[in-house]
Parts: sequence; structure tokens; C-alpha cells
Amino acid sequence: MPLLENGHVTEDRWAQAIAGEALPAGAVIVPLERLEEGLARPKDAPLGVAIGPDVDVAVLRPALPRLGLVAVTFPSFRDGRAFTQARALREHLSFTGEIRATGTPLPDQYEFLLRCGVTTVQTDRAEDVAVWQQAHEIISIAYQPSVLHERPQGLGLRRFLATD
Amino acid sequence: MSTDTATQPVGRYAYDEVDRTFLSQRVAQFREQVGRRVAGDLSEDEFKPLRLMNGLYLQLHAYMLRVAVPYGMMGADQMRELAHIARTYDRDYGHFTTRQNIQFNWIRLEDTPDILERLAGVNMHAIQTSGNCIRNVTCDEFAGAAADELLDPRIHAEILRQWSTLHPEFSFLPRKFKIAISGSPHDRVAARFHDIGLVAHPGPNGRPVFDVFVGGGLGRTPIIGVHLCHDLPEEDLLAYLEAVVRVYNAYGRRDNMYKARIKILVQALGVEQFREKVDAEFAQMNRADYRLEPAIVEGIRARFGIPDLDAPADAAQKLDSDRKADARFDRWVRTNTHAHRHEGFISAVVSIKPDGGIPGDVTADQMDLIADLADEFSFGEIRVTHMQNVVLGHVRKDRLRDLWLRLDGAGLGTPNIGLVGDIIACPGLDYCALANARSIPIAQKLSARFANPELQENIGTLRINISGCINACGHHHAGHIGILGVDKRGEEFFQLTLGGSAENDVAIGQIIGPALPEDETVDAIARLIDTYLVLRNEGEAFIDTYRRLGAASFKDAVYAPA
Repeated sequence: MPLLENGHVTEDRWAQAIAGEALPAGAVIVPLERLEEGLARPKDAPLGVAIGPDVDVAVLRPALPRLGLVAVTFPSFRDGRAFTQARALREHLSFTGEIRATGTPLPDQYEFLLRCGVTTVQTDRAEDVAVWQQAHEIISIAYQPSVLHERPQGLGLRRFLATD
Repeated sequence: MSTDTATQPVGRYAYDEVDRTFLSQRVAQFREQVGRRVAGDLSEDEFKPLRLMNGLYLQLHAYMLRVAVPYGMMGADQMRELAHIARTYDRDYGHFTTRQNIQFNWIRLEDTPDILERLAGVNMHAIQTSGNCIRNVTCDEFAGAAADELLDPRIHAEILRQWSTLHPEFSFLPRKFKIAISGSPHDRVAARFHDIGLVAHPGPNGRPVFDVFVGGGLGRTPIIGVHLCHDLPEEDLLAYLEAVVRVYNAYGRRDNMYKARIKILVQALGVEQFREKVDAEFAQMNRADYRLEPAIVEGIRARFGIPDLDAPADAAQKLDSDRKADARFDRWVRTNTHAHRHEGFISAVVSIKPDGGIPGDVTADQMDLIADLADEFSFGEIRVTHMQNVVLGHVRKDRLRDLWLRLDGAGLGTPNIGLVGDIIACPGLDYCALANARSIPIAQKLSARFANPELQENIGTLRINISGCINACGHHHAGHIGILGVDKRGEEFFQLTLGGSAENDVAIGQIIGPALPEDETVDAIARLIDTYLVLRNEGEAFIDTYRRLGAASFKDAVYAPA
């Protein structure tokens, strides 16, 4: 499936680091083990990092001002650790760059991803983009705060979700 | 009887258009998911967590649909809809569960979206009654009625229901997550056998505070929950629970489903290190985002209907004279009622454990009758208990005998609450794909054997719990007498544990010895009870005699028949 942003297909301007090869000059996503190498590039070269689900995102704190993207991953759609990582990046580390979900999340998890702070999704799944768009639009009400700071509706916990 | 506000259901949260829109969207979403499954766009592996989060299990013979009864509260109109579903889509009955829900055992996948739509029509759903998410929050069955209650826990149970509904971060946890909440010093919710147990009491500023227990549970590894936080302020309730569940989501084991509950993480880290992690998370959260303001709590409280507790001055006197005039009624009042905070009212427990019957099974006709009686006698309010019975919470004392006559006439007047016949049993091998043994026939035989109400009352308080496998859905570890079904070379055997309790005197039952063949189990339990009757001191309950004398005094009775 092409890269998805807010329910729409978008162009991917990031390259992936290739194992055993030098990092390219432009925007590149490096695995956590090559973060130092990425940081050694010129300061204006866009840098992203891909982390496994067992990583405490606090380790990214020193590098975060230089990072334009953090990729979290779902080795299985059942493994929900990346939700917590994404939310912590937004809430605890005030990260404002792109958070990309990779691996095999389900379209049915799309709203959860967005509400935890994920901005783009890149999966190998075969669904039509329309299934993801629909998953984003089908539920318009939530019952708890999220990092998107939707405004509560009346006196209670409810809030309306943006569906554009 | 009238309610204070005609539009608001007594004892539970009143839905409005926004809540109804949410439910109808959820039904549409599930219909679409079923469609993708049927079309092959979703594999069974992918569809499974989606259907589980709508309460749909695949059992031994058919799909089972578990409908949520939030904190055990429902209305007469909802019960009638459940009766309709039982008649139309099942085999004329349903089954009350230990999480205060109701499940239907013979459901077709293709009917499920329609059933969910019918449920949504009465503001009900099956959301998060299964799956690795925060499950239905359970609560004291006498909430808002009990004389011993310090505060009504249902308002906060509703807040937790809403907060946990489709929670973006906590819908794919390592394993299921169960929360119970009580507002009474007498633990009727098994707070320390839950992933999180909350015990609320009024705090210094008039707002509630919560004692938080974490990491309790039964299952394969029974563990009593540890005390994590003392007097948590109400405004931090959601923030603190977020912190606990986050630590669990990040660090709970995912490599082995039998080691994935939070109790295993708490034990592995030790309570101090677990608390440090929770405190560190709590300290760095944007607490303002999660603050549970009194205005929010009061906004939700205002959506609860309040019963108009108005009884004649001589209501209690009338009950006294009714009891003196009818010994059978008097016995039922002794065993099946609970003291109400209002002197003219009482809470009545309808036993769903008839002599020789299947614990928790209720027919469609019985559901309709319970609904009618709730309308007539208890403001249309019905409570499902974690003991798989039903409570009518607010019955006028002068009308209690009328209620009992109606129940008794319909076979719903069994006077056995808290006694031998009030057995908790899992569905067992009659339904469940995981079970090793049939729990239900043992429950039926025990219940028939001890059917005599005088004998039951003489034996006194005795909790018997039966599980058909080590997953312990019948909570056998928490029973005064626990019975666990095991498979020995294709034969059903039953292992006995003694001394468990899920109440204030919480304890895990201990295995007394080798498992017994099915046909010897009921006799062995009968000898165990006979031994207790001989050994007990005046007024001493089984559990206390067991604790005073230890297992040795009972072992001979089980294994050396006279």
C-alpha cells in the first residue's frame, strides 16, 4: 500500500538506509543502531529513525531536535506497544515531527494510530486505500482524551473526532 | 412507582443522541468487518480480535455472543430485548456471567450485526466483553442501595466504562484487563482478584479517594493483588490508571499468553519497582489533559436516574408481620435479601441457581418476568451479580412478600444465596473449547444433593466454585470449596481446593490431595461438609472451621470414606 497520511495517499520523501551501504545525502530513515552515523551527517540533512517495539523512546531524547521522523512498528497487529511509544513521543518528549507506523497494523486500528500521534502509515498490507479511509471516518466520537486534544463535548469525557 | 426523572433510567447512565450515534457507528463498523471477513479480505486470524472486541467468541459447537451489562446494571426494557434475542437468535435462554454480563451460546456469525443493531436500539452493546483490552468494569451488586456503603461506585464505574471504550492506546494489550470498583468497606467485588481493584471512600474535601490494588487474578497463576496506591484523589483517577496500564502495555510479556497478565509483570518486577515505573510515568504526564474535574463527574452523575425512595411509615412493621406469618417467606428473607440504606426498603436477590439447575442460566420467559417484576417493584432497575444471580435493588419492605410470591410461583424463589446451592460454575466442556471437564453436571448434582433448604441454612455460608480447566473461569481458587476439572487419560477427574475467599478475608484455596473421579466427587464433598458439621464450634462458618483446624482434619473425610 502507498504511504498514507490522514486517510489520503501521500508521496514518500524519505529513503530507507540500506544495510551495508553508506547513508544517502537526502532524507533518510536509519535503524536505531545507525543513529550516531545519521547524526554525524550535516545538520540540515533530514534524518529519521526506526525503532523496534521494545525501545524506550526516552533514549531518543538527546537526538530528537535533529529528527524529522520516528518510525514505530507493529510486528503483528496484536502487538500494541507502538501505540504507547507514539503517545509518549508526543506527550512526554513533545515530538512534533512525523511518526510513521510500519509493519502490519490493520486498517481497523487506524483511528487508534492517529489518536496516539501517528501521522503516516506504511504497511505491506494489500487493502485498497479506501478501506483505510473508511476506517478513519466510520467512528466520529471518542470517550477519552488523546494527544490530538479533541475538545470535550459538554460535561463529560466525550469528544468529536475530526474525519477530514 | 415513579422515578424522579421519567427520562433517566434508575441506577445507570442515560444515553443521549451522541452515545446512540456512537453505538450505531460501532454496529456499522462491525457489519463492514464481517463483510470483509466473508469476502476474504480479512483472515480469521485478523478478524478474531475484531470480533472478540464485539463480544463474539467461537466455542466448541457455535459462536457465543457476550453482551455487556456495564457494572451489572440494566433496565427492564433492556432485559425484554435480551429475552427477544434469546427467542429469536438463540435457544430460548441466556447465561449470566461472573463479570455481570449475559452471554448467548448458540449464535450465528451472520446474525451478529443484526443482534448488535437490536441491542443498540436499547442502548446496549457487546463492546470489549472479550479481547486483550479493558473489559466490562464490575461493581458491587448492592451499589447505591447497601446500608454499609460509603459512596455509590457506579458513577466512577461509568466514567471508567467511557474512558476505556475504544481506548486508542489500550485496545491491543498483552492480555485482557479487568477492573472492579467498590464503595463499601465490605468487598463484594473481589477487588484483590482483579488486574486493578479500586476501593472508594469519601476523602477529606468531600470528593472520593481510591485505594488501588493491582496485579490480582485467578487463572493458571492465582495471585492476590498488591496495594499500589493509598487514597488516590478523584481528579487523578484517569491519569493514574493510564499510567498503570501504560507500564503494562510497554513491559507486559507478549511471548507467552499464559504469562501475559499484569500480575506476572508485577511479580517479576516486584511491587516497589512496578510502583516506581508507574510513578515515573504519572510524574511526566500532562496531568491537566487527564484531570477528572468534579464538574465532569457531576455531569455524568446527573445522567443517572435516582429512585424515589418513599415508603409508608409501617413498611418495616408490615414485613415483620409477613415474616412471622409465613415460615417459607421468612427463610427466603433471611437468605435472599440485603439491608438497604433506607429503613423502608430492602434489596432482594433472585437466585438463578434452582435446585439441580444450571448456575446462571435464565430462560426468555424468566427474563420477561424479571423485567415485569423490576418495573413493578424496583423502579425498572435490574442488577446482575458476579455470583450469577439477579438483584432487585430497591424493594419496599411492605411489598416484599408480593414480590416473593410472584418469584416463588415462577420457580425463581430458591432460598440459597450464599449457601451450598449458590454455586459458581464455568460453562465447562458442555460449551467451552478449552475445558477438560464438564463443570455443569457437578454443579447440578451438588445442588440437587443439598436441595433441602433447612439443611442448606444449617450448613450456613459456603462458597463453592467449579472450573472445568486451569483457566479458572469458575474462580475455584476463590471458593471456600473449589473444584477443578482435570483430564486424566481421557477421563474427567476433579481436584478439590479448600480455604479460598474473594472477600475481605481474601485467600487462595489450597489443594487437599489427588483428584477424584467424577462419580466420587459429590460424595467426597458431602463427607467434607458432614465433617465440618461435626467439627464446627457454635455459629462457626465452614471457612472459619477450616482455618482453625487446617486441611488435615478434612483430608480423611475426602479420601477415607467410612
